[in-house]
Amino acid sequence: MAKVSMRVNGKSVSADVEGRTLLVEMLRGPLGLTGTHVGCDTSQCGACVVHVNGKAVKACTMFAAEAEGAEVTTIEGMANADGSLGTIQQAFQDYHGLQCGFCTPGMVMSAAALLKDNPKPTESEIRHYLEGNICRCTGYHNIVKAIQAASGQDVGAIAAE
Amino acid sequence: MPKDTGIGASSKRREDVRFLTGDGNYTDDINVHGQAYVHFLRSDVAHAKINGIDTSAAEGMPGVIRIFTGKDFEAVGGLPCGWQVTDRHGQPMQEPKHPVLAHGKVRHVGDPICAVVAETLAQARDAAEAIELDLEILPAVINMKEAVKDGAPKVHDDLTSNLCYDWGFVEENRAAVDEAISKAAHVTTLELVNNRLIANPMEPRVAVGQWEKGTGDYTLYTTSQNPHVIRLLMGAFVLGIPEHKLRVVAPDVGGGFGSKIFHYAEEAFCTWAAKECRRPVKWTSTRSEAFMTDAHGRDHVTRIELALDADHNFTALRTETYANMGAYLSTFAPSVPTWLHGTLMAGNYKTPLIYVNVKAVFTNTVPVDAYRGAGRPEATFQLERVIDKAARELGVDPIELRRKNFVTEFPYATPVAVEYDTGDYNATMDKLIEIADIAGFEARAEESKKKGLWRGLGVNSYIEACGIAPSNLVGQLGARAGLYESATVRVNATGGLVVMTGSHSHGQGHETAFPQVVADMIGIPEDMVEVVHGDTANTPMGMGTYGSRSLAVGGSAMVRATEKIIAKAKKIAAHIMEASDSDIELKDGKFTVAGTDKSLAWGDVTLAAYVPHNYPLKDMEPGLEETAFYDPNNFTYPAGAYACEVEVDPETGKVTVARFAAADDFGNIINPMIVDGQVHGGIAQGIGQALLENCAYDEAGQLISASYMDYAMPRADDVPFYSVDHSCQTPCTHNPLGVKGCGEAGAIGSPPAVVNAVIDALQRGGKNVTHIDMPLSPARVWAAMNGATANEGAAQPAARDSGSAEGRSLGGQV
Ligand code: FES
Ligand code: FES
Repeated sequence: MAKVSMRVNGKSVSADVEGRTLLVEMLRGPLGLTGTHVGCDTSQCGACVVHVNGKAVKACTMFAAEAEGAEVTTIEGMANADGSLGTIQQAFQDYHGLQCGFCTPGMVMSAAALLKDNPKPTESEIRHYLEGNICRCTGYHNIVKAIQAASGQDVGAIAAE
Repeated sequence: MPKDTGIGASSKRREDVRFLTGDGNYTDDINVHGQAYVHFLRSDVAHAKINGIDTSAAEGMPGVIRIFTGKDFEAVGGLPCGWQVTDRHGQPMQEPKHPVLAHGKVRHVGDPICAVVAETLAQARDAAEAIELDLEILPAVINMKEAVKDGAPKVHDDLTSNLCYDWGFVEENRAAVDEAISKAAHVTTLELVNNRLIANPMEPRVAVGQWEKGTGDYTLYTTSQNPHVIRLLMGAFVLGIPEHKLRVVAPDVGGGFGSKIFHYAEEAFCTWAAKECRRPVKWTSTRSEAFMTDAHGRDHVTRIELALDADHNFTALRTETYANMGAYLSTFAPSVPTWLHGTLMAGNYKTPLIYVNVKAVFTNTVPVDAYRGAGRPEATFQLERVIDKAARELGVDPIELRRKNFVTEFPYATPVAVEYDTGDYNATMDKLIEIADIAGFEARAEESKKKGLWRGLGVNSYIEACGIAPSNLVGQLGARAGLYESATVRVNATGGLVVMTGSHSHGQGHETAFPQVVADMIGIPEDMVEVVHGDTANTPMGMGTYGSRSLAVGGSAMVRATEKIIAKAKKIAAHIMEASDSDIELKDGKFTVAGTDKSLAWGDVTLAAYVPHNYPLKDMEPGLEETAFYDPNNFTYPAGAYACEVEVDPETGKVTVARFAAADDFGNIINPMIVDGQVHGGIAQGIGQALLENCAYDEAGQLISASYMDYAMPRADDVPFYSVDHSCQTPCTHNPLGVKGCGEAGAIGSPPAVVNAVIDALQRGGKNVTHIDMPLSPARVWAAMNGATANEGAAQPAARDSGSAEGRSLGGQV
């Protein structure tokens, strides 16, 4: 057991964890931040995406100890200061970009990372970027639409192509 | 104008807020004070005799609380099967025991042998590695046709063979069907595989069992689509816990698609072990475990023959299907290839004579049960593929051939025991032609050609039976349960309502859609209505959510309960306003007396119900709370037409879905936004089945597709935007909302559209390929087109050699 400290959603936190403890286990366990999900054990599904020092990371592929001193943002840190939904979150609700909600935290975190690098992504750029995030419910249609809308693009005309 | 509230409005989902902020409460988010963790040591071979289990070294490992084996469960019941099918000869199916932990033998990779309960999960895993197993490996049966041969190794030594049942439907029609086929002007035959799939909800299964020493009460938190069903099955049949001492909670559940209907061993284990260990016990499935323990879906091998007369009327249909049950009977497994499949073989067509034969087979694989659509995708796929093949053989337009044979008069009694109450298949086909822009296809095909790609168009119809189901009917068919639904509507003193429903939402948005209905009936804002579901402690006994039944059956129960509320509230209003009940009207949340200007607000009446100072206490009890159980008197029959356009790369065999359109008739619609989303998700799963997904075993029974690296889930760039429409509405005639259900349609209607499109593309590219088994991976498509000449005969073997799922090779994943 060793003490690991980091800043999560702007707050300094620490916990005693084993060397083999993954970042996602530390977030969900001792830190009680259960918004970050675990959907697989092969780093394929993206349910666990968080931001570490501003970059999207699969929290299941990183040991907690590797995040020592890092600035971590999770889904719990994505709302506006007044508690209202952030732009991407709001677009997901407005365009029905979620059903069961299990992939959603990872989707929102990935979308936020995408829009940071590419503020007006095309449909195919969004689809390509989301390759590491699996959603079983939505068929991706409304996720892609929500991300386009969140980036300020007109989604009114989206139909067959 | 679209409405902005109530029935027909695309109300935004209220549940989204908690899911979008990380405040959802999924089962794995639940940690009970003092909980221990269980790790299951599972079989890594498909079939073996357990000669010995030595746990002595493991017992002494750090943190170990107790290690359980099959012996510990000898006094406990096995996992029950909820449906008994009767075979062609009137005999009941063969029904093997299904122990909680394997006893004597292991029968599939993933079968649990030992359960290690420890202080931490890591300690439980470490200790499991120290358990010594003495397994005597036995030959495994994986291929169904091999499994039913004389002398094949038996999955269950105490059964007479690996044949669970040999079902004929309708047996009395058999001779007439044979005769019609022998006399037909044309018979089209197709052999096909409905590939084995894994439901893969993104949330893996979790169970947390708890036992209170003080009261003797048990609680199970579990990822279930139907907590009451789990309580009944587990309490009564496995553990012998009466329901009043057992609470089952299924909180936020991250998708189900059928795989979370069933009662699983881990649920029973955690509940039972909580008392044995005097500690709450938690199990969280890894995805790797999910692949080898969640019930799989589909896995049918079928030969279908369609007979037509000289005018191209369908005259008879005959099928023979092998359906994989896996190693044990999962909760509803026997019903899927029979009553959920055979009864749909008429499709949208007036074929007068139908005979369906299904042989259900035990193999050394994970149990197979319902997956989104359950039986109906298998029926639709066979039918819509064979019709397409027939159209090609006869040189007629596939849409016209369908139209010629559509059922057009309703109600329509099919020759396979069901009666369609209403529908309009030409209307959805017309709508499809419009939204898919089929007129523009040739121009798009030209464009594709310029890019060196072959474009193909696939169209099909579908029908499904959902809103399951009339209890007396399913009882006759072998169901060991009723399939009604329940709702309690509790009105609070200040006018707000709580709907406690036996339905369960795991993505379908009931918390939003159900209040739309109740708010509309009373004329109050939607946010005055709250939905409670998922906890047996505060919902009436209900059968849960699957088979697209929530709104059609659960919603109907809610409507009935709300009607009782309104009737009682009107009596209270009549008393206060000194009028007769029959003169009271309720509109926009206000009670009025016809022909007068007297009125009372909704809240005045609800308050009077709980503060009954001016109240007809002599005639009526105070309070305003009603329960209704709704048992449907028929299935509902959503139907529609789907179109897919693909581009095939002739160099590589890679298929890209370029366009997809769905025109569905779901009857009346409560929330169009949610309905669109349900269809989108179903289509993606159907495209996944058609092009990507394949659950593959090797000959020794190793599951080769046991991770997301090997099982190809559809990703965002595998699918296009979809064009969906549900404006063709023929309301269901027998439920109060006129709704039919929309949860499974997308997954039922889409696979044949995709495959028909690929075959069309290959044919247009000059390759006489008539069929390729799903998934149509680049390897299979490439092999089919390169094995095919302009010669029909070569096409089939080439397709099958390229990795037929029937051979259980890894083909699809190449
Ligand atoms: S849990 Fe991290 S990628 Fe699946
Ligand atoms: S919303 Fe359920 S997995 Fe994406």
